[in-house]
Amino acid sequence: MATAAFAEAGADLELVGVHKRFPGFTAIEDLSLTIPAGSFFALLGPSGCGKTTTLRLVAGLEEATAGRILIGGKDVTDTKPFQRPVNTVFQSYALFPHMSIIENVAFGLRRRRIADATAKAHEALSLVELDHLATRRPSQLSGGQQQRVALARAIVNRPALLLLDEPLGALDLKLRRQMQLELKSIQEEVGLTFLHVTHDQEEAMTMADTVAVMNKGQIEQLGAPEVLYELPRTAFVANFLGQSNLFTGPVADTTADSISVNIAGSKIVVPRARAKRHSGQVTIGVRPEKLSLHLTAPEKTAETNVLGPGRVIDVSFSGVSSQYIVAVPGLGSIIVFAQNMGAGPMAPEGAETWVSWKVEHGFGLEDEASAAPRFTADDDTATIAVQKKRALMSELEEA
Amino acid sequence: MAFSAFATGTAREQVPRRKSRVALLLLLPGILYLVLFFLVPLVSLVITSLQAPSAFGDVGSYQTAFNWNNYVVSITQYGDQIVRSFFYAVLATVFALLFSYPLAYFIGVTARPWPLLQNLMLVLVIAPFFISFLLRTLAWKSLLSDESGFVTGLKALSLLAPDAHITGTPVAVVFGLTYNFIPFMTLPLYAALERLDTQYLEAGSDLYARPSTVFRKVTIPLSMPGIVSGVLLTFIPAAGDYVNASREFLGGTGTAMMGNVIESNFLILLNYPAAASLSIILMVVILAIVTAYVRRSGTEDLL
Repeated sequence: MATAAFAEAGADLELVGVHKRFPGFTAIEDLSLTIPAGSFFALLGPSGCGKTTTLRLVAGLEEATAGRILIGGKDVTDTKPFQRPVNTVFQSYALFPHMSIIENVAFGLRRRRIADATAKAHEALSLVELDHLATRRPSQLSGGQQQRVALARAIVNRPALLLLDEPLGALDLKLRRQMQLELKSIQEEVGLTFLHVTHDQEEAMTMADTVAVMNKGQIEQLGAPEVLYELPRTAFVANFLGQSNLFTGPVADTTADSISVNIAGSKIVVPRARAKRHSGQVTIGVRPEKLSLHLTAPEKTAETNVLGPGRVIDVSFSGVSSQYIVAVPGLGSIIVFAQNMGAGPMAPEGAETWVSWKVEHGFGLEDEASAAPRFTADDDTATIAVQKKRALMSELEEA
Repeated sequence: MAFSAFATGTAREQVPRRKSRVALLLLLPGILYLVLFFLVPLVSLVITSLQAPSAFGDVGSYQTAFNWNNYVVSITQYGDQIVRSFFYAVLATVFALLFSYPLAYFIGVTARPWPLLQNLMLVLVIAPFFISFLLRTLAWKSLLSDESGFVTGLKALSLLAPDAHITGTPVAVVFGLTYNFIPFMTLPLYAALERLDTQYLEAGSDLYARPSTVFRKVTIPLSMPGIVSGVLLTFIPAAGDYVNASREFLGGTGTAMMGNVIESNFLILLNYPAAASLSIILMVVILAIVTAYVRRSGTEDLL
């Protein structure tokens, strides 16, 4: 059995065409994914996007409707959770309340009859700096301590693949930052493959080597955090991973290395390499911190895009920076982050302003322009009914 | 759910330390009740158990004494029945537990996605209470009688000797005890299992435990409060039961339990001291067994 010994190193995980349907809705649709051994991989998405279901499928706690799951090249699709070389850190920790901390940590080792279970459990507890609490019960520990015990209970087994189901969700901000760093250093130390599920984009970006943004049961985009942030491919990614200002308009002109889009009468230029679509209706975007705010009309050059004039309708001060919302007629609201270089905000509410940004900072999305670029809930009765009907139709077709 | 009342909470509640006259006043009816209907009868029982036959020799008339010999006589005379009582009660408790645990697990855990089914099954567990305990036991007497289809069928299939009976045997008595106390076992088990967080079971299987190991190491310990209260609610009344084992119901001459002996001493032989001493022996032995059991199962909070 694959679980009989400690994993020498992390194993790679491969999902091939995985589907998961629950009565009434589809949680995962045709998901294919490869996570290389030893990497820290984050699945990021809003609640209900199927990320936790994906994790449970890998752990074996749910059965896939279709598709294969491979860990380290071995097909584990039809094996039970206790047969998989995988351990999970549960969202609510799920520490056994009737056992002491040390018994909790040694549980997996004892099940696999590994020698020196207690000594190894103490070692794992030392790694998370909780060895002095070994004899306590889980209920006598704080949330952060319980979280670390849950982590120790999982990594003590040296699983080829460690699954983390929003394990930091219940912690306060300061503890969360601390745990993020600890998790990252533990991962580097033990060299296991981590699959981390979270809805916190900052957490995903600071910890993971690779982030996959999930929406409605599918992966929208996958890549290194910087790449995802710099070049989001869809409106969903652009808005879920940080904030974006998105504008849609027809392509007016193309050159060898740039395209210009007509946005409410202004020509906005985007580098061709940063735009996914080069003709027709195109949605382009720019991050709020890349924008500059001007109280007088700036001169339009080949290197900058200018929009305006507009009116500042909201200013919120947050110490290092301020967020301005500028309403531009015909365009809607533009969000601008500006560092507070002087005393107080740069523009008062109601001021007439222009915004500009460097051409190289814009990006063009792959999405078809749609009226609602942000995701909408798909859990209303009508959607469920439509999904049910579709499922029935496909079943009928198969038959 | 209302049935959680049967289970024991594991969370220790903060006890207010402030002394208050109002609290004492509110406690007064309860204290009075306990004194009048528990303490006074208990003391009177102890006094009766030590009485000696009256000097004038009338049957059923006794005078106050310190005749501890009553206990020695009771134990030597009714040793068989005392041992049998606890043996039958243990058997009935074990059978009730074996029957109730899967049932309670099904209602409390497996049937969670279907609340209607849960409620229906709970009603079915409680439904027998709507019919008198005596009537139900009498019904079993006729169902298990020699003329019943069940017994004649068994004899026809040669599963039972032609001259064998079911009523009047220990089998019938233990069956009756088990049957009558199953709801008392099922409800506390249900209340404990209904609150069982299945995430612990998932965590167990994630940590390489087979389903049987998860059951042994996680499910059973987490439902222990329910098991303990179910066992107590079954064992204590079963040990003192005198209906199932009596000859008018499922028992026979060789199946008398302590309850039957106490009944005959009290109502027929008019030997009140013997009846009282037997009652006290029953009480003390039950207390001793229960204390040992609760200590062992690690739920001292119950005492």
